[in-house]
Amino acid sequence: MTLCRISIVMAAVIMAWPGLGLAEAAMETEGGDSGVPLPVIPRGQGDNCVADTEIMRRNHMTLLRHQRDETMQQGIRGKQYSLKECVNCHAVMGPDATPVTVASPKHFCRSCHDYAAVNIDCFQCHASRPESGNFPGDHDRSAALPVTQAVIRIK
Amino acid sequence: MNMNRKTKKKNIAGRPGFDPGRRSFLGAVAAAAGVTLAPGVFLYGVGASGPALAREPGVAVSGDVRWGMLIDLNHCDKGCNECVSACVEENGLKGHGRPATDAQWIRKVDIHDPDTGLSQSLPVMCQHCAEPPCVDVCPTGASFKRADGIVLVDRHTCIGCRYCMMACPYKARSFVHEELEDQKPHAPRGQGTVESCTMCVHRVDAGGQPACVEACGRKGGGAMLFGDLKDPGSEISKRVASYATQQIRADLGLDPGVRYRNLK
Amino acid sequence: MKRIIFSEIEGRSAGFRGLAAVLGLFFLTGLAAVMYVEHAGHHVTGGSNQVVWGIPDVFAMFLIVSASGALNVAIISSVFRKTLYKPLERLSCLLAVAMLLGGLMILVLDLGRSDRVIVAMLNRNFKSVFAWNLYLYTGFIAIVVVYLWLQMERRMNRFVPAAGMAAFLWRLALTTGSGSIYGVLVAREAYDSAIMAPMFIAMSFSFGLAVYNLVLLAACRGSGREIGDVLLRRLGRLLGIFVAVVLYFTAVQHLANLYAAEHSGVERFILRDGGIYTLLFWGGQVIVGGLLPLLLVFVSSRRGSHLSGRTVALASMLVIVGAFSQLYVLIIGGQVYPLTLFPGMEVSSSFYDGVVASYAPSLPEIGLGLGGVALAGLVVLFGIKLLRFLPTTLVNAAIDPHHAAISDKA
Repeated sequence: MTLCRISIVMAAVIMAWPGLGLAEAAMETEGGDSGVPLPVIPRGQGDNCVADTEIMRRNHMTLLRHQRDETMQQGIRGKQYSLKECVNCHAVMGPDATPVTVASPKHFCRSCHDYAAVNIDCFQCHASRPESGNFPGDHDRSAALPVTQAVIRIK
Repeated sequence: MNMNRKTKKKNIAGRPGFDPGRRSFLGAVAAAAGVTLAPGVFLYGVGASGPALAREPGVAVSGDVRWGMLIDLNHCDKGCNECVSACVEENGLKGHGRPATDAQWIRKVDIHDPDTGLSQSLPVMCQHCAEPPCVDVCPTGASFKRADGIVLVDRHTCIGCRYCMMACPYKARSFVHEELEDQKPHAPRGQGTVESCTMCVHRVDAGGQPACVEACGRKGGGAMLFGDLKDPGSEISKRVASYATQQIRADLGLDPGVRYRNLK
Repeated sequence: MKRIIFSEIEGRSAGFRGLAAVLGLFFLTGLAAVMYVEHAGHHVTGGSNQVVWGIPDVFAMFLIVSASGALNVAIISSVFRKTLYKPLERLSCLLAVAMLLGGLMILVLDLGRSDRVIVAMLNRNFKSVFAWNLYLYTGFIAIVVVYLWLQMERRMNRFVPAAGMAAFLWRLALTTGSGSIYGVLVAREAYDSAIMAPMFIAMSFSFGLAVYNLVLLAACRGSGREIGDVLLRRLGRLLGIFVAVVLYFTAVQHLANLYAAEHSGVERFILRDGGIYTLLFWGGQVIVGGLLPLLLVFVSSRRGSHLSGRTVALASMLVIVGAFSQLYVLIIGGQVYPLTLFPGMEVSSSFYDGVVASYAPSLPEIGLGLGGVALAGLVVLFGIKLLRFLPTTLVNAAIDPHHAAISDKA
């Protein structure tokens, strides 16, 4: 059992790119008790997701990357898969009533990426939290929901 | 840009699409933006038609437009730095107290002719050339010219080799020498990549004008004008057609998009 | 001609171990310097928005230019059929590859985003000289490795002349590309000139041979192999000729620039007003790197006198000092001189317009540069220990069957 699980976990870590979808598939035989603490993913603000969690988990990188080229080279803005909107919606409030930056492990992206050990390059350049005036709660995003603790459901 | 949640619902299947509700919303936003920004434009050209309204969402930039700037040096004061401050504020160019390595996207240059004794002051930024040498030398193609003439650095592809900085005749580019945080969401910039004036693409794409032009109009001497050089009806086209304007280092044959009036 | 025998060096002496340790230390220091700069940001180096390519680039250019030049010895043997140089072929190829690797290491590690080298490989702008150079450098390594294998596999020796020709043409393209990095920069007065490419070719001949001489002399001396005076004479005088050619190109470059009023500003700066740059130009490049080795070699090898290994080594070292001076003046001197946005005007701004920028090499940069040199050294050192690169002997009788006739006449 151990050897099987070790190799599965290793395959999962190696295949963490693209997205966790493959990792989930790899772990489906075992369930979530591998001894590694599962990440705590804070729920996004607002009432609507851009797309299903499963789709986003698997494909968010591809969607972002395709859109970024469109934005950079053709100036097409405001489409769905905007990193800025991701950051705005998925901002996690810190103890000082401002959203945390990517330096904090509580950051939405980090909560998964730390677990999957996949480096995030985006926030070297992109702002990892919304501008003041755009914090969650600044706008009425249809009854701001409290940040709830969510756990990855590993089938 | 705060998209309607309603329109997001329609697109949940993952198909980005045009939505009339969204379009009219954007039109309203653009009109509101135009009204807010209008004082900056009006100060220079009364009754002038501002830059084109925002392109419809999903429409790429085209070569039918060429964005340019016209700066009248008779209205540019030596002591005034409004354009520089506006740029720093708009793009989050926090200084670190190290002038040799801190980024400067626009700067005021004071020139003095030793033969005639004439002194002038002018803002210099990326000239958004039609034949940019920085684009030619970039090994990865990160430095590129958009169809509408704005020269940008795609920081996703930039490897930080600084060859473009060597190639630029206007010393327009800066290298980010330190780790950055809390960048402006509309102006991403990061350690190890090269950057320069973007002509505030985020504003231009939304139908506005660069922060420096706006600040000059509002708080400075009203020397700067921004517009579409290919539109014969735009204020800037009318002006460059009616009196002589100069480009810096025109001899290099780069055809910059930034023109100066009364540059001696 | 007698069959040349190559052998590995023993590589067990204290000298060998000491050298390996020193080189290893420098290499690790180089890596540590890179880690430090990556972590703290490039502001800890001497580089700025005015001088973007500093000492690491000087080292990298030296290594890359010398790499293509070091291959010359093998080229002279296989392409120009000078059998006297045949025993020197293998070491020449090894040195070429080693130095190119060192130069590449410095260039890649000096990037602002070295982690994006994959991006650089996948996205290509073919109008960029840098992009060509990436292919030229990697192709060079591949071609020279094949060339080397053809030499070492005796059954394939008949293909060596063809491979040598391919390597020669590629190496010319590579050095032209390296010179063109600067030559295409119309913005900078110090560079904008087509003469950059041929000048770099001339420099590569000179610097490459100087490094080769030093490595050959050191390796033979260290492993107790004798070098005959016929070969020494040839190597020394060849170096002298190459040095003369570089001096010629330098003269042409500066005279031509002086003639054009447009470039007179930067010429005045380098030739007279540049402080350290003027000192490095006249003192380092012209005198120490040019006239002195020239005199040394040709006076010591005049009719009837004997050009010793020590003289060749000294001349080579002087040439290398001159090489660094030349590259420093070219690369850094060319950047500190301000861009001319407004010809004829006095200019000032908050972004260092109109003033000569200041640059001082910082420790991390020097560390990186020396790290690249150390990598090249380690490759050569362990190469000659593990494989048969060095000929067992280079005495006159072994390499030149006619030498007796020549020395009788002399």
